[in-house]
Amino acid sequence: MVDNTTESYALRMVNIEKYFGLVCALRNINLEVGRNEIIGLIGDNGAGKSTMVKILTGVYPPTSGELYVAGRKVDLRTYNVKKAHEHGIETVYQDRSLGEKQVLWRNFFIGREITLPFGFLNVKKEKEISSEIMVNTIGFRGKGITVDSNVSLLSGGERQGVAIGRAMYFQAELIILDEPTTALSLKEVQKVIAFVQKIKEGGKSCIYISHDIEDVYEISDRFVIMDRGEIVASIAKKDITLKALDEFLLEYSHGMKDKEEK
Amino acid sequence: MKPRKSSPLSFLGKIEGLPIAIVLLVLYIVFIITAPLVFQGYRIYMSFLQTVPPLLVCGLGLTFVITAGEIDLSFSAVMAFSGFIFAWGYKTFPAPWGPWFSVLLALASGGLVGYINGLLVAKLRVPSIMATLAAQFFWSGLSVLLAGGKSWSIEGITTNIVHTVFVGRLFGIVPAQAFWALGLAIVLWFILNRHKFGEEVMFVGDNEDVARVMGINVEATKIKLFTMMGVIAAFGALLLTIEMNTYFDTQGAGFLLPTMAAVFIGGTSIAGGAGSIVGSFFGAYIIGSLDAGVVATGIGGYWTQLVSGLVMTASVVLNILISEGSIARFAARLPRWATFGRSSPDVETPKIMKKGGR
Repeated sequence: MVDNTTESYALRMVNIEKYFGLVCALRNINLEVGRNEIIGLIGDNGAGKSTMVKILTGVYPPTSGELYVAGRKVDLRTYNVKKAHEHGIETVYQDRSLGEKQVLWRNFFIGREITLPFGFLNVKKEKEISSEIMVNTIGFRGKGITVDSNVSLLSGGERQGVAIGRAMYFQAELIILDEPTTALSLKEVQKVIAFVQKIKEGGKSCIYISHDIEDVYEISDRFVIMDRGEIVASIAKKDITLKALDEFLLEYSHGMKDKEEK
Repeated sequence: MKPRKSSPLSFLGKIEGLPIAIVLLVLYIVFIITAPLVFQGYRIYMSFLQTVPPLLVCGLGLTFVITAGEIDLSFSAVMAFSGFIFAWGYKTFPAPWGPWFSVLLALASGGLVGYINGLLVAKLRVPSIMATLAAQFFWSGLSVLLAGGKSWSIEGITTNIVHTVFVGRLFGIVPAQAFWALGLAIVLWFILNRHKFGEEVMFVGDNEDVARVMGINVEATKIKLFTMMGVIAAFGALLLTIEMNTYFDTQGAGFLLPTMAAVFIGGTSIAGGAGSIVGSFFGAYIIGSLDAGVVATGIGGYWTQLVSGLVMTASVVLNILISEGSIARFAARLPRWATFGRSSPDVETPKIMKKGGR
């Protein structure tokens, strides 16, 4: 592969592998995420989706392989959550994005506080910007929720909205949504989908991980299917209908089962 | 844009520590009525300002620890150990700098105990209740051993400047330790509520996973936290030891449960994630005033524990009722007339702007 082609990608993984002791969790991962592309990452439990996300976000390093962000090679030895944030990679987890007992303005700036001398918080500025994010970036409109509200007052979909808004404010180039709709009601799922469309409108890239094929199909530009630590297929949305994708996945999982029996 | 509806009592929850301050006020009013001879004079209050600060200081530190979702049972042993270190230093190093050096030594010894606690909890993942319980035995045992099982009187400290600075009497009557405790409370309030470290402590106590994925170094935060608790407990030990002019071999032993009670009645959540410095401040004065107050009312010393238990239960229940949400749920169960005609306090969901949703 030629390196200068990476410029058109938000992110590129080359031959990423991850072993936990002798257990191979990821094998031969080669994946490019284009600019302003939304990728639907599909795979069964244990397919390696979460491991891949954790490598991308700096929670732990891969055993081998290379990672490029916006054409620049990432030094994986010193890579961590803070560095990932600096590179513009943000993650929205199903239930690990916000401190529930904390007020919204603290949640927006946790880990990236605006500080005065000696590490004291610039509360006024943090609140101003939080308010701005809520109204302009994620479109919260009044109804009693303010930057001083506790997260516990928000519905599941709204919480994901806050996390997405935070990621967008911090200039994320790539936002990873790790099962953002699990345990949400249909109405709340709709809210999350609306937030993801804002990511697209904002010109950013996104990896959307979900079990719900319908949701994934609706918002993704391309589908990447993982199984047992490997990427087994990459299909553009224009090449496949929802029905065909569903059938493909069904067939695929049956096929793998047959293999196992042999 | 409608404001969220809430019960008529919810204003109590808006100002930090207000409910517990009211409990303290009511308590003093009751004592003034039932024991006028004692509580209408100023001496009893000066006495509280002298006896409460060591407990109060430890309570302030413990508020941080509990906010982080951890517990420290070793601070009462630090009160003995650091008290001993001060007494030993005072006898060993000559004036004029010896006493000051001993103060630093005592604070450092508390920091060391806390740092070891922090390492055990953060690095080796020993549950803090276990690590600090063991530390409690170890460090009080070590102080007994080093002191030869005896109490050490610190002769001549009453004329030393260290005595004046820490426990002297301002204007001849007000104990200086009360100002130290108040000053520390103000500093720690700012650190918990307006500093990066305080925010990290709250998020670690709220949800460690969230803290970690948001880039907080959870281990470092916990080590700092326990070290700080150790230094603060050592400061409490200094106020106690210098006031008494003596290191007692049983020093600190009676502080553990009252201090924890002070923090909990102050409204700090045992589940972690939120803590109230103001609440702990007034909570410490409630706990520290109960014994003397109950005895002074003349109903007899046997009643003190029973009344303490009642006051603690009442304070904690009050805090839970007033905390956001709970009072709303409580009010929702009341008949309409009891909420002055306001409807049930449901939280309205904000509408999200939708562009092209399906």
